[in-house]
Amino acid sequence: MKLAKTLMMTAAVSLALMANAAHAENKKIALVVKALGIGFFEAANKGAQEAAKELGDVEVIYTGPTTTTAEGQIEVINSLIAQKVDAIAVSANDTDALVPALKKAMDRGIKVISWDSGVAKDGRLMHLNPSSSPLIGNMIIKLAADNLPDGGDVAVLSATATSTNQNVWIEEMKKVQGNYKGINVVATVYGDDLADKSYRETQGLIQSYPNLKAIIAPTSVGIVAAAQAVEDAGKVGQINVTGLGLPSEMAGHVKAGSSKSFAIWNPIDLGYSATMIAYDLIGGAEAKPGAELKMGRMGSVKLDDNNEGAMADPFVYDASNVEEFAKIF
Amino acid sequence: MMKILMKNRELLLVVAIAALLVLITLRFPAFIEPANLARVYNDTSILIILALGQMAVIMTRCIDLSMAANLALCGMVVAMINSVAPGVPVPALVLLALLLGAFLGSINGLLIWKLEIPPIVVTLGTLTIYRGTIFLLSGGAWINAHQMSDAFKALPRATLAGLPVLSWLSVLMIALIYIVMTRTPLGRAFHAVGGNPHAAVYTGIDVGRTRFAAYCLSGALAGLSGYLWVSRYAVAYVDIANGFELDIIAACVIGGISIAGGIGSVPGAVLGALFLGVIKNALPVINISPFAQMAISGTVIIIAVAVNARAEKRKGRVILKKAEAH
Repeated sequence: MKLAKTLMMTAAVSLALMANAAHAENKKIALVVKALGIGFFEAANKGAQEAAKELGDVEVIYTGPTTTTAEGQIEVINSLIAQKVDAIAVSANDTDALVPALKKAMDRGIKVISWDSGVAKDGRLMHLNPSSSPLIGNMIIKLAADNLPDGGDVAVLSATATSTNQNVWIEEMKKVQGNYKGINVVATVYGDDLADKSYRETQGLIQSYPNLKAIIAPTSVGIVAAAQAVEDAGKVGQINVTGLGLPSEMAGHVKAGSSKSFAIWNPIDLGYSATMIAYDLIGGAEAKPGAELKMGRMGSVKLDDNNEGAMADPFVYDASNVEEFAKIF
Repeated sequence: MMKILMKNRELLLVVAIAALLVLITLRFPAFIEPANLARVYNDTSILIILALGQMAVIMTRCIDLSMAANLALCGMVVAMINSVAPGVPVPALVLLALLLGAFLGSINGLLIWKLEIPPIVVTLGTLTIYRGTIFLLSGGAWINAHQMSDAFKALPRATLAGLPVLSWLSVLMIALIYIVMTRTPLGRAFHAVGGNPHAAVYTGIDVGRTRFAAYCLSGALAGLSGYLWVSRYAVAYVDIANGFELDIIAACVIGGISIAGGIGSVPGAVLGALFLGVIKNALPVINISPFAQMAISGTVIIIAVAVNARAEKRKGRVILKKAEAH
């Protein structure tokens, strides 16, 4: 069964490749995603195709399993090895499970990188993070400050008091707080990523701090609940809700005016950058700590000791682009 | 004085809530303002409605762990319908949520009635099934504010004589359930089945059918709350109200409804829910660490239950002594 599946997939991939036989000298870069049919990854593919068009001699093979399983991805990777692609850029369903298959790929000279969701160090040349904690920490306070030219009180609505991601981001935010004159972080409250608790905590903030000008919620549940609470309290225009959220979830609140802008990584840029880095590696660039790899219009990425790099600032969404991205993810 | 308080659980709760309000006001004076109290009541409305349903179930010596999952499923279904067909009138959706909730509750009831599976097992099972069903229906996707029609979100927020419809709905439910519990054969049956199932059978009450009715009632109220929840928070996803079943049960227990069945009242359930609601709304404004918040919530629940347990125990002793005297 498994063999039959692999054979079928191999056949499918080879057919796809034969269709493009005319461009035989094209570099083949495979973009392997967690599963097909997910808006976020379809958008990443859009970016990868953009990179291919820009580079000219690249053909992007967008592929992945139908469900988000490591086994499915291993089959896909094996068939890609059989097809002798030049590079594989994978967003992994499992950190460790893909390593043997990816090692095999690297043994055959295929350049392997991971992006979005990484694989263990042994299984890839480098990993591309969408952003980094310092960049995110800076972005969330910048979003609040940008709409407050005269400064003012802002509060943070986080997830749980113990959630690692949010705590690191808030810590990074506090480090750069001094760069934003007049921005006064008055409180950090925890909505536990529950809609009702986040809503209640927001109401509490509104009551406790009558001069509150902005709420920073670096969590997708919190930002939506806070925006709703601000709308219900009739504070639209007075309190701006910002932070990290998904365009599809925030579109209504941007329209209602409770959130002027928010941020999250841009999947299009991510797919674009991954493709560009893979191309750079095929071209002979070496992935080692301290190396800088080229990402086309996104600039370049510097690798740390683990051969990991951060793409860019989180992408900002506001009334001008949120509708468009809401259709994607 | 203390004795009267101990005997009258509702009065004790009223005093406890008043004391709580005084304490909160010392730290945050604006809390006691009528507008804020109305806001707290409104925020607690959903918990009150759910506690009424849970009360009926607990009275019959059962428990309904699936209420929050039922709420989430009904909420997701009406939100999905609203997002694909915004033209469907909101009252029809509310009715649908009620009926779907009652249906989901009746599954619990049937399994407990006909197959005689312990209620805690049945509802633990359906809890997971209902949550899983939401995932199957939605594919894990959220229904967001902009996908819901304005009318869908407006109903619980519309104000009537100074209070939001959400508050009025809970008042209406309290009145309805109060009448059912005190003025109808069904309400009497709830008391009888929980108080002494064997005696209830001798008086001609079908224990299984009564429990089935209790589950239908709790299901219907959970379904109604499902609509109220998703429209109030303007978002529906798999995990909404996750863990809320524990709040509902806590409200009932604080309100003096005996887990052993048979004892309880509508005012008790309402006051229990209000007690929790006041705490939930006060903690964010009195500015204490989130870790202390959890500890405080837990301690308060245990104290309340301990007081209730003492009151219950004393009552038991009195009856036994009388029986010995005869």
